[in-house]
Amino acid sequence: MRLRSTSRNGATRLSTVSLAALCVFALSACGARVDAGGAPSASAESCVDTSGDTVKIGFLNSLSGTMAISEQTVHDALELAAEEINADGGVLGKQLEIVSEDGQSEPTVFAEKAGKLITSDCVAAVFGGWTSASRKAMLPVFEAQDSLLFYPVQYEGLESSPNIFYTGATTNQQIVPALDYLVEQGTKSLFLVGSDYVFPRTANKIINAYAEAHDIEIVGEEYAPLGHTDFSTIVNKVKSADADAVFNTLNGDSNVAFFKEYNNAGMSADDMPVVSVSIAEEEVGGIGVENIEGQLTAWNYYQTVDSPENTAFVEAFKAEYGEDRPTSDPMEAAYTSLYLWKEMVEKAGSFAVDDVTAAADGATYDAPEGKVVVNGDNHHIAKTALIGKIGADGLIHTEWSSEEPIEPDPYLEGYDWADGLS
Amino acid sequence: MDIIAQLFAGLSLGSVLLLAALGLSLTFGQMGVINMAHGEFMMAGAYTAFVVQGVVGDAGVSLLVALPLGFVVGGLLGLLLEATLIHRMYRRPLDTLLVTWGVALVLQQVARDVFGAPNVDVSAPAWLSGAVEIGGLALPRTRLFILALAAVCVVALALALRATPLGRRIRAVVQNRDLAEASGISSRATDRVTFFIGSGLAGIAGVALTLLGSVGPTLGTNYIVDAFLVVVAGGIGQIKGTVIAAMALGLMQAFFEYSTTASVAKVLVFVAIVAFLQLRPQGLVSVRTRSLA
Repeated sequence: MRLRSTSRNGATRLSTVSLAALCVFALSACGARVDAGGAPSASAESCVDTSGDTVKIGFLNSLSGTMAISEQTVHDALELAAEEINADGGVLGKQLEIVSEDGQSEPTVFAEKAGKLITSDCVAAVFGGWTSASRKAMLPVFEAQDSLLFYPVQYEGLESSPNIFYTGATTNQQIVPALDYLVEQGTKSLFLVGSDYVFPRTANKIINAYAEAHDIEIVGEEYAPLGHTDFSTIVNKVKSADADAVFNTLNGDSNVAFFKEYNNAGMSADDMPVVSVSIAEEEVGGIGVENIEGQLTAWNYYQTVDSPENTAFVEAFKAEYGEDRPTSDPMEAAYTSLYLWKEMVEKAGSFAVDDVTAAADGATYDAPEGKVVVNGDNHHIAKTALIGKIGADGLIHTEWSSEEPIEPDPYLEGYDWADGLS
Repeated sequence: MDIIAQLFAGLSLGSVLLLAALGLSLTFGQMGVINMAHGEFMMAGAYTAFVVQGVVGDAGVSLLVALPLGFVVGGLLGLLLEATLIHRMYRRPLDTLLVTWGVALVLQQVARDVFGAPNVDVSAPAWLSGAVEIGGLALPRTRLFILALAAVCVVALALALRATPLGRRIRAVVQNRDLAEASGISSRATDRVTFFIGSGLAGIAGVALTLLGSVGPTLGTNYIVDAFLVVVAGGIGQIKGTVIAAMALGLMQAFFEYSTTASVAKVLVFVAIVAFLQLRPQGLVSVRTRSLA
């Protein structure tokens, strides 16, 4: 009897240890604490040194951790832009000197490294960030130190900091045009699938408001935890709901599992197209072209955009990093952000933050995606919306375009149906 | 109709969990080694499938080649880990935990350096694409294949443990190491073989997972927590318990998810497991031994 109970305790202890291990593991996996712990409270006196032949700028991307896959490509695009600008004589005659920091896919690290770049490296501006969590963590640092951040990724809107320039799309330049396109195609019902965090939830709030005003029925709204890989239940729900189209805000690996399951369940782009806002050229290869061919995406840039500026950009990028590397929207937005900063600085004739911000309004650049213009009020840029179709070649081809650049409206103030969203 | 579809979804998720947990039920369940790198052995199996497909080309042939090869690759990695690190710390579970987690991180980085950071795709063979229609119900062929594969692995493992001399040695060492050694069984050799088989099963699971998702350096981390849960809930050291627990977890997840959402379902499953372990800390099925360990 005694022996038996001992052995049972042994088993209990083992399971306790392993459960403790699981807790540790789970905590570390989603330990994205968002606080501005890195914000130093030192004075906001700028220490940027512009007396020599060079000026320092900071690149802050995740070069390790889960976001490294995406952010490395943005980093490469920034490096390319800096190289080109330097070869072309620099900014205001000064060569750019790059200080690179690794955000390690952790918002707190982003805040900390941003503080370091501003106060100890004394950079004139910082370029980078990807997740909204990293941007939200850096925001108070840039405001306290009165320095500049250029953020190159599409995001959920509802933000406008005087110290940040947003060169990716806000919602009215990506999600709203995608919905306009669907309405144009005669879509009457939508199924929403997204990852369970801030961007999809905010995006779907906007989509619900839009749907109500435009007579679209939302027949289902499903969220999967980040990293979720079993989509049989969600696909079953999508299938039985039988909507006209699916709006997909899933992020990362989940997309692969979702699309494989979607096809295996016998559905295709012909009977229920899926519009995705987080799948760019980079991701298509990982998902497998055969799984996603014919599906739709909403962005502001594709590698296939037909313009001399884009041809030059794609050629330069491939020459630098290899023929097999595609270019995508966030990379192009990052590349553009450096050139836009150059425009602003040269317009202002100064590297000082106040002068640059004052000169920002109306700064233009002929970007690979087309002409972009900075809005001085909300610090976003006017961009053309493009709906694309994923082709058999793994590239995305423009199916529909807003033709004109759309003025940024991060709070959706110009849309009646969006009243009460923010 | 929907209930049957969900039943299938649950069983299919259960079979995936079972494949991931089966090897662990040997190394963790039978040997008591908390191997956090088990998920990375799955990742190695998945990359094996990717490499084989690159060499062979034809998706059907490459899958059939990759399954045994994935077993060998996973097994050899496990053997290496056991021979270099784990055998030094059989009586120190917490140290094993930290060391194998470190190994897991190293393996992830190796995969990132060798195969690149972006995910890669392994295409499924033509005979596994699409679904089998039964009475208006579409059962994806890949899911059926994984169910069958899980069943084959369980049967093969059960037979190996019950009916072969090797299986008898493994069970003897698990139940009473000292007595087994006194009877002339080399416990070192047996440990190695057990670890080889357990890790090899992780490799097979990795190959199977390429049919469902993409292949990336962090593939294993998505499954390791669930795999441990299955083994703990099933009862340490019992394959029967592992099978039942995997299926129960899969069905619970599928039905909770159908009536709520994926995130809530996950929480409910965790709550159910915690409650269950409060009532039955030893798991579903427990071995009764007279050993002191």
